[in-house]
Amino acid sequence: MNDPILEMRGVSKTFFGIKALRSVDLTVYAGEIHALMGENGAGKSTLMKILSGAYRPDPGGEIRIEGRPVRIEGPLGGRAAGISIIYQELSLAPNLSVAENIYLGRELSRSGLLARGTMREGVGPILKRLGADFLPSTLVAHLSMGQRQLVEIARALHARSKILIMDEPTTALSAGESERLFALIRQLRAEGLAIIYISHRMDEVYALGDRVTVLRDGRFVGSLDKPEIRADTIVRMMVGRDVSSFYKKEHDPDAGRGHPVLAVYDMADGQRVKGCSLTVHAGEVVGLAGLIGAGRTELAHLIIGAGTRATGRVELEGQEVNIRTPGEALEAGVAYLTEDRKALGLFLDMSCLDNINLAVLGRDARLGYVLDRDKARDRANKAFASLSIRAANVGVNAGGLSGGNQQKVLLSRLLAIAPKVLILDEPTRGVDVGAKSEIYSIIDNLAKSGTAILVISSDLPEIIGICDRVVVMRVGRIAGEIARGPDSPLTQEDIMALATGTEHLDA
Amino acid sequence: MPDNGASQAKVAPTAANGAAAETRRQRMRMLISALGMLPVLLVLCIGFHVLSEGRFFTGQNLGIVLQQAAVNTVLAAGMTFVILTGGIDLSVGSILAASAMAGLTLSKLPELGALWLPVSVLTGLGFGIVNGALIALLRLPPFIVTLGSLTAVRGLARLLGADTTVFNPAIPYAFIGNGSLTLIPGVASIPWLSVIALLVILVSWLVLRRTVLGVHIYAVGGNESAARLAGIKVWAVLIFVYGVSGLLAGLGGAMQAARLYAANGLQLGQSYELDAITAVILGGTSFVGGIGSIWGTLVGALIIAVLSNGLILVGVSDIWQYVIKGLVIIGAVALDRYRLQGSART
Repeated sequence: MNDPILEMRGVSKTFFGIKALRSVDLTVYAGEIHALMGENGAGKSTLMKILSGAYRPDPGGEIRIEGRPVRIEGPLGGRAAGISIIYQELSLAPNLSVAENIYLGRELSRSGLLARGTMREGVGPILKRLGADFLPSTLVAHLSMGQRQLVEIARALHARSKILIMDEPTTALSAGESERLFALIRQLRAEGLAIIYISHRMDEVYALGDRVTVLRDGRFVGSLDKPEIRADTIVRMMVGRDVSSFYKKEHDPDAGRGHPVLAVYDMADGQRVKGCSLTVHAGEVVGLAGLIGAGRTELAHLIIGAGTRATGRVELEGQEVNIRTPGEALEAGVAYLTEDRKALGLFLDMSCLDNINLAVLGRDARLGYVLDRDKARDRANKAFASLSIRAANVGVNAGGLSGGNQQKVLLSRLLAIAPKVLILDEPTRGVDVGAKSEIYSIIDNLAKSGTAILVISSDLPEIIGICDRVVVMRVGRIAGEIARGPDSPLTQEDIMALATGTEHLDA
Repeated sequence: MPDNGASQAKVAPTAANGAAAETRRQRMRMLISALGMLPVLLVLCIGFHVLSEGRFFTGQNLGIVLQQAAVNTVLAAGMTFVILTGGIDLSVGSILAASAMAGLTLSKLPELGALWLPVSVLTGLGFGIVNGALIALLRLPPFIVTLGSLTAVRGLARLLGADTTVFNPAIPYAFIGNGSLTLIPGVASIPWLSVIALLVILVSWLVLRRTVLGVHIYAVGGNESAARLAGIKVWAVLIFVYGVSGLLAGLGGAMQAARLYAANGLQLGQSYELDAITAVILGGTSFVGGIGSIWGTLVGALIIAVLSNGLILVGVSDIWQYVIKGLVIIGAVALDRYRLQGSART
């Protein structure tokens, strides 16, 4: 291959004595899609912010662009060096037009007046090249998330960037939009751009990555070329140990067979979920896999009565139950762990004690209404001990805890009702590696004690590591089901084939 | 990694110092937020005592301050419930007027006169529940709903007395408006209005801190969607807090009626909602909900009463009193911001 377009050597960054990056190397060539992987807190964002000029690296390291050493300073420094970043949360002004957004900060003017017409003409060719189906004069507020991403890319191209960094670009996109984005990224690669693609999702890295660089705890672990890109290798590099010891699955899946606890029939909301049925047995961990936008979270919301049902019914231990609100779900023994613990789960300004006890306050209360504070403190202390939640004490506000500990606090709230069915939506999202492994072991222990568990996850190694059976959703429907057999392990390929609908191609 | 260990050993003492300083700072911050505006109240009292040449801390003057604070304390207690859920109730002044009018009108009927007190309170409760139902069930913004009832209920208050002032010099239970509870005969007594206000604060504290409902109120204010998913009946909590705010506005109306033996639908309770909101904010309750305490509200209401009383004692003109009070409100909100920043870090 030719000379690298970007070379980082020994780049470090220290925040208040804490090393966020330790001597990281990164080499990117023109015309390649370079995937950057690592757990949360591994240092990906810090590295990207150094490239954009938001952070200044510690002295000692070196950054070269097209062979020349550069210093990237200030928010405009990255752009000046030919680097554009598209952040997870897009940075467009929705009240301005597409053209105005693309020219933002570099507006054209003629004798002091905004040259709107010239700007619109200026962005026309780029939008055409990207195959955009909207006009330069369209308001960004009227665009879909996928179209907005296109505007961001157009902005980068317009600034004549040679290196394009994309941070989890598909999180807010539907499956179709993601596919179009992938095609566009490949087109940009063919045009000679270097693309640094940050993602947690193994399937995207498979589909796009020419090379992969893995970071762990702020260190450079290694880079893989295309033929070496394999899920187990990447996971091992990311977590620093073997996958088999990382995931814990000791419960006996056959123990619960024949005794279905949760049965869902023909669940639909008329929009995202189209007639889904599934069953979870006692002591069984069932994975619910699928691409983002497949309707998994929506299905879970329908089961617990947080969404509006069009059709469908739920049976618990063979009895039909009418669950209309999340409160009724809890009463019936169905607990749901939300995927968005900060927005939909925790009360960040309330103590861990209150957060943990919230669902059982009424049950514990004296005279039906007066708080039993001793019981609450007792319960919270027990939860802290049994789930090894690390915080100064149970009175600390939940907002001050790390992601992993927050997740365990939320989980404690659900476990307080001793649920028959536990639905976990992305239980390890935004959780550090150590806490992940602890959460897997909690799930395993619950299964041992007979709880029926449904795990929604986009992390395929996780699903394969902890589940007995996988139900796969595709655009609102159950696409299929794969059971783990004694000599037929679950594989990412089988799950992805169902999730993307390519299994028919093989047949 | 021997070199790594060595460097860690080297930084360890400074890190420990840093950690100790950090815990000290955190403890300081917690102390500041626990005490809230109490130091400000004490400084104001002492300052006015000195400036007025010793006329502030007299039994008679303190009685006046407590009496003046009473109605606002009751309204502010209700407002605390509402603001804790992240809402606002602009209609309390109007509800107070309508309740007082309803009570006074009824008190003139010979057979039913003794019922005027509960009727006033229930009138307030009724208006509050209507507010709450509109907000909780129709999902309308609290600001808009209570802004509407601020105007509409004021109209009803005028309608109740045919737009005149209603007098009843022989109103039953008049003692609650002007009498005092004797603590030590001849030495110390406390106005009944203040006793009622303190009881309201005490009951509010019990509800907020010692009942399931209280936790639910904080939860709804802290994160409404999470509360819904956690099985809390958010609509019931909202109807409850606006109901309480209305009920306490009704009680405030009864207190005013008993004190004045009269009420005027147009004038009574004008802009009382602003004083109540000011007391809550001065007390450190966050405007976005979820954080705050009823004791803070009591301190806030006392600060307002002390300011009014002290500025008069010192001889500040009516016009400047407005300016000073306004600046205190802005200063309090600035303090609120600073405190929130502090708690977000911990």
